[in-house]
Amino acid sequence: MIGRRWFTPWLFLLPALVILGVFLWGPAVNTAVLAFTNTRSIGGGSFTGLENFARLVADGDFRNALWHSLLYVVGVVPLLVALPLLLAVLVDSKLPFVAFFRVVFFTPVVASMVVVALIWDWVLRSDGLFNYVLQRLSIINEPVGWLTDPQIALFSVMAVTVWKGLGYYMVIYLAGLQNVPRELYDASKVDGAGPVRRFVSITVPLLRPTMVLVGALSAVSALKVFTEVFVLTGGGPARASQTLVPYIYERGITPGLELGYASAMSLVLFLLVLGFSLAGQRLGRAEVAA
Amino acid sequence: MSATTAPPRRSAQPPAVAPARRGGGRGRRWVGIALRYALLLLVLVITVGPFVWQLATSLKGAGENLFANPPDLIPNNPTLENYAAVAQVVPLTSYVRNSLVVAVASTITNCLFGAMAGYALARMRFRFRGAVLAVIVATLVIPFEVILISVFLITRSLGLVNTLPGVVLPTAVTALSIFIMRSGFLDLPREVEEAGQVDGAGEWQLFRHVALPSVRGQLAVVGIFSFTFAWDDFLWPLIVLRDPANYTLTVGIQFLSGTFSRDQAVIAAGTMMIAVAPLILLFVLLQKQFFRGVGEGAVKG
Repeated sequence: MIGRRWFTPWLFLLPALVILGVFLWGPAVNTAVLAFTNTRSIGGGSFTGLENFARLVADGDFRNALWHSLLYVVGVVPLLVALPLLLAVLVDSKLPFVAFFRVVFFTPVVASMVVVALIWDWVLRSDGLFNYVLQRLSIINEPVGWLTDPQIALFSVMAVTVWKGLGYYMVIYLAGLQNVPRELYDASKVDGAGPVRRFVSITVPLLRPTMVLVGALSAVSALKVFTEVFVLTGGGPARASQTLVPYIYERGITPGLELGYASAMSLVLFLLVLGFSLAGQRLGRAEVAA
Repeated sequence: MSATTAPPRRSAQPPAVAPARRGGGRGRRWVGIALRYALLLLVLVITVGPFVWQLATSLKGAGENLFANPPDLIPNNPTLENYAAVAQVVPLTSYVRNSLVVAVASTITNCLFGAMAGYALARMRFRFRGAVLAVIVATLVIPFEVILISVFLITRSLGLVNTLPGVVLPTAVTALSIFIMRSGFLDLPREVEEAGQVDGAGEWQLFRHVALPSVRGQLAVVGIFSFTFAWDDFLWPLIVLRDPANYTLTVGIQFLSGTFSRDQAVIAAGTMMIAVAPLILLFVLLQKQFFRGVGEGAVKG
């Protein structure tokens, strides 16, 4: 501590501050500014007040994408809160080979989303494996266009998101499970509680804070979904599975270069993400207080 | 808590179950275990099934019907010709090289810059430290997807479009990396550095030779996180890289699926070879840190 020059800490911070400044804080401010301009390509553009937002309200494609993003959250979050918890309880055991299952269940998390999407693209096509299996099990009679039917495509993409997320959230729950005192389970066994009862009365209440965390994390990542949609359906057919980020990409990067308009959309996305994060934090705090 | 307010709906059941339990406690235990394994196997099929199907497809030769009904899980004449086809048509080696460069560079910068910043924030007292920390915390709530357009603009004005540095730089150090490193340094006992200071070592030496070696665990977590993130990232490389020769694997493989849309077996070979193998290898090697990393990431993020 003694004899250190005042700028020493700043030298240590310098690379991080420069990178965050140039590629994060700068762009964050710039996004907020661009959202109120009609900037089309570099340099040009002037302030147009709230015009972009007025356009957004009137833009049917935007409302469509926004609706799908919200639907995505509603569809994906409950599954990603519940299923990984069950999975975590299932693999939280010292029985032989369970450790192996634990590792295998994590593999989809490690594979990149592009690969996962391409693999499912092959499984879900109308003459693909999934339709075959379902037909053999007599669950369906005719092949279903999982990725080509406008009524279904969005939900198929959601299923892929859930499939890839299972292992990730399972690990978060596993960490939470390690904090549940074993004695509680032992005591309840003595009282004659079965596994279902133990799950409902001990595991779930004690893991509520973790469930809130998983809910918030999965909601935010559902709002940000891009790769699955882009690779599996391209947002189609006819925008039936388009969500916010692919639409921002379409209007702001390729093919369109409506930077101002796309930034306004980004701001809406940010408010949604912020809203869900804050709600998660609120709920989390209420949990701790309770 | 809700443990006490749980619906009494099941309270009628225990008497009915109790006699059975007294009689066959052991038997019930075995049923439970069998049920657990049955469920585990079911999830295993759901998890691994698509990968296995992709692998099977990738091994099917030109003469084989990919849409056979019933589907052939095991190829009639397993062949590696699809793998050779991918390697020939796609500039595979350059994709691999690009992805490696990006992932390794991102790993190094995140570890080094993250550790430096984390060290200053954890171990040094200076003016505005609280403010710097607060601003970095605030950074965590800004998703990359939101500032995408403007990051692209700055990258373009810096002349980094279509270059690998353009892919790496925006995430060369993340707030998460800084936090993980900071928490590592916070846990170090003061005596570690004091011993070094007595020896007359400068700040950098202290950091490099005393503090850094004590946070290997956190370095591993940051390293693995950065590597996997960079290796798997799709959206940003898709935006920055314009020329197929500069593609990383994820963008390249998407490009490949467009080019080969007629031949699924070749795409399958590509996905298996390009993206699955290296990561599974990494994962198997570094399993422990991985799980720890996910835990830390969840708590800090």
